[in-house]
Amino acid sequence: MNNEIEMSLSEAIAGQKVSLASIDAGQELNSRLAAMGMVPNVIMTIVSNASSGPLVVNVKGSKIVLGRGMVGRIMVRNVNNG
Amino acid sequence: MKKLNIAFAGNPNSGKTTLFNALTGARQHVGNYPGVTVEKKHGICKYKDYELNIVDLPGTYSLTAYSVEELVTRDYIIDERPDVVVDVIDSSNVERNLYMAVQLMEMNVPLVLAFNMSDIARQNGIIFDLKQLSLLLGVPIVMTVGNKSKGLDELLESIVSVSSNPPANTSDRIHYGSEIEEELQNIQRTLDGEHDLVEKYGKRFLALKLVEDDKEILAQGHTDKILGAVKTSRQHLRTIFGDLPDIIIAERRYGFISGACQESVKSTTELRHDISDMIDAVLTHRTIGLPIFIVLMYLVFQMTFFFGQYPMGWLESFFGWSARMITEFWPGSADSALLSLIVDGVISGVGGVVVFLPNILLLFFAISILEDSGYMARAAFIMDHIMHKIGLHGKSFIPMLIGFGCSVPAIMATRILENKRNRFTTIMVIPLMSCGARLPIYILLTGAFFANNKGLVMAIIYFTGILLAVVCAKLLRGTIFKGKTTPFVMELPPYRVPTMRGVLIHMWQKGWMYLRKAGTIILGISIILWAAATYPKPDESSLAGLSHEEAQNVQLKHSIIGRVGVGIEKVIKPIGFDWKIGTALVGAFAAKEVFVSQMGIVYSLGADTEASSEALQKRLQVDYTPLQGFCVMLFCLISMPCVATVAMTRHETGSWMWALFQVVFLTVLAYIVTLVVYQSATFMHIGV
Repeated sequence: MNNEIEMSLSEAIAGQKVSLASIDAGQELNSRLAAMGMVPNVIMTIVSNASSGPLVVNVKGSKIVLGRGMVGRIMVRNVNNG
Repeated sequence: MKKLNIAFAGNPNSGKTTLFNALTGARQHVGNYPGVTVEKKHGICKYKDYELNIVDLPGTYSLTAYSVEELVTRDYIIDERPDVVVDVIDSSNVERNLYMAVQLMEMNVPLVLAFNMSDIARQNGIIFDLKQLSLLLGVPIVMTVGNKSKGLDELLESIVSVSSNPPANTSDRIHYGSEIEEELQNIQRTLDGEHDLVEKYGKRFLALKLVEDDKEILAQGHTDKILGAVKTSRQHLRTIFGDLPDIIIAERRYGFISGACQESVKSTTELRHDISDMIDAVLTHRTIGLPIFIVLMYLVFQMTFFFGQYPMGWLESFFGWSARMITEFWPGSADSALLSLIVDGVISGVGGVVVFLPNILLLFFAISILEDSGYMARAAFIMDHIMHKIGLHGKSFIPMLIGFGCSVPAIMATRILENKRNRFTTIMVIPLMSCGARLPIYILLTGAFFANNKGLVMAIIYFTGILLAVVCAKLLRGTIFKGKTTPFVMELPPYRVPTMRGVLIHMWQKGWMYLRKAGTIILGISIILWAAATYPKPDESSLAGLSHEEAQNVQLKHSIIGRVGVGIEKVIKPIGFDWKIGTALVGAFAAKEVFVSQMGIVYSLGADTEASSEALQKRLQVDYTPLQGFCVMLFCLISMPCVATVAMTRHETGSWMWALFQVVFLTVLAYIVTLVVYQSATFMHIGV
């Protein structure tokens, strides 16, 4: 697997490709996000990330809005050659 | 004719409802699933010798027990055992959509996959090897285009054929890897005693849900032995994988799907920048996104009220005409109680509600377009940052905005909110958005007391409502609707051109729901209020020699409403009101604008007094101070919502308790706010 350092999704910038490391949002939300395709190691592209307000990622071809509170609980790894 | 029960399942935005509409047309019925406010739509479709009763299940991503929609979907499939389940899949987003299909396969239901919107997938350069994919999944696949009614016959043919020869068991198509499979085996072995549950769910599905820690399945009274085995398995898997077993299982499902798609779905163009991205670059832009949204909403309102005023006028004339006709051709005496019941109770009560129907239809016409095009999700996205500060989601903004038109459709529109606490909080504060029916009251009172600053005073009233809504939402979210602010997670669906059929069906369904309310609860309460304003009647002798207007005055004062108005004078005195205002306020419960006609009766000017009536405004100027006028507006803004709102709150929350809570909460709030304003302004000699 990837041995890149993990970072918070909030640090990702628009256009960046990341792979999902972990989500710490409680069982219910973890499971809901997993159903929407956000499972470990999935590759996501950041569509937009303003300093405040929700963030948008592209996961498996669909755009998903994540509230700011959510973003800080998601850890990702940078993917260089996506 | 053979009858078949068919269920449509699928992700939100997969075009499921469009396909359902294309098959069933206008032959649809909307109801609710028992105990929840999830809409249940079903319709009939005839094909060859078959009559298909199709249920359009709520759009979901999964079949866990975490949301009402998912539970409703799962329970329906398990309890009703439809002959065939059709999973509608967005062909341009197959991987994510197949996640649901895989779970349906695990439930081992007779399944057909409808690869919908296949024209868009083709445009996007996606090529399917359907034969191969169908073989890998073990279920038939049909290509459809719901909004162009393409592939419908093929789909129906496939449904009919699956209903008579169900495919082989699909429950163990996915191999979860030796570690998980081993644990599933262990649990399955302990399940032998649970014949009923195994019969209902299937052994493998039951074991899988137990490993997934499914709260609903776990609560079905398993023996300690089974629960123990589940706990051991979960702990074991957790140690091996370092993550929750449910997440690992989700990952494996997606892995299976990726594998299947790798061999059968080819994308010929790499990473397209589609039209949706380009539209989003403008509509969700950081600086211009919000102004665009405000302009769009303004247009929706302008359109609603501009085009709505004509049919509204016709309906008003119609009800006025029928009241006159009935009175004129009434066979009995003109003082007949039955005539009064029909004309003043039924016609004016129901008429008062039905006249808003055109506005409601137009509003929902616009909302359906915004929703079906995909813009509504963007609006929620834009507003989320602001709404988050008061403990609500971006999506709450839309119903609150509709509240400026009328609270009733606003409360109906809260269905777009998934979270119950958010939804209830929004419902509670919606009446604080000053609705159109309160405008006549403001026109009357600003005209009487603030002739030079009408606009300013009205703006103050509107802003007070918004401010109070913000404060109350925050307060409610921090107290009775407390709970972790469920983080905002929402899909931004691709933009699509809404279909006329879909928009019209949606509009009609909302309008019908509103009318049904008018026909039942609102009619009942209107009759009660009519009786309270009519009885008991004063002696004939006391009316002798009085003009018609004076007689109306005496009658109202003598009635229950009049007596209540007088009775509450002590209570409302501290906020600057007398019995006349009290009486008008009680009457305004039927509909806010009734306040004006009640004031007309109190001043013996007759019930037909208009808000802009100079005579009434002059009388008010004599009896009251500008401060009292302002306090009445404030009280009307905040205090108890009208009958129709109460009925709708009851309907949408499923309990009279919440409807009553709303009435009491808002009335108490109104009293406190008005009291503070009146007493402090009196103390400081402002406006007296």
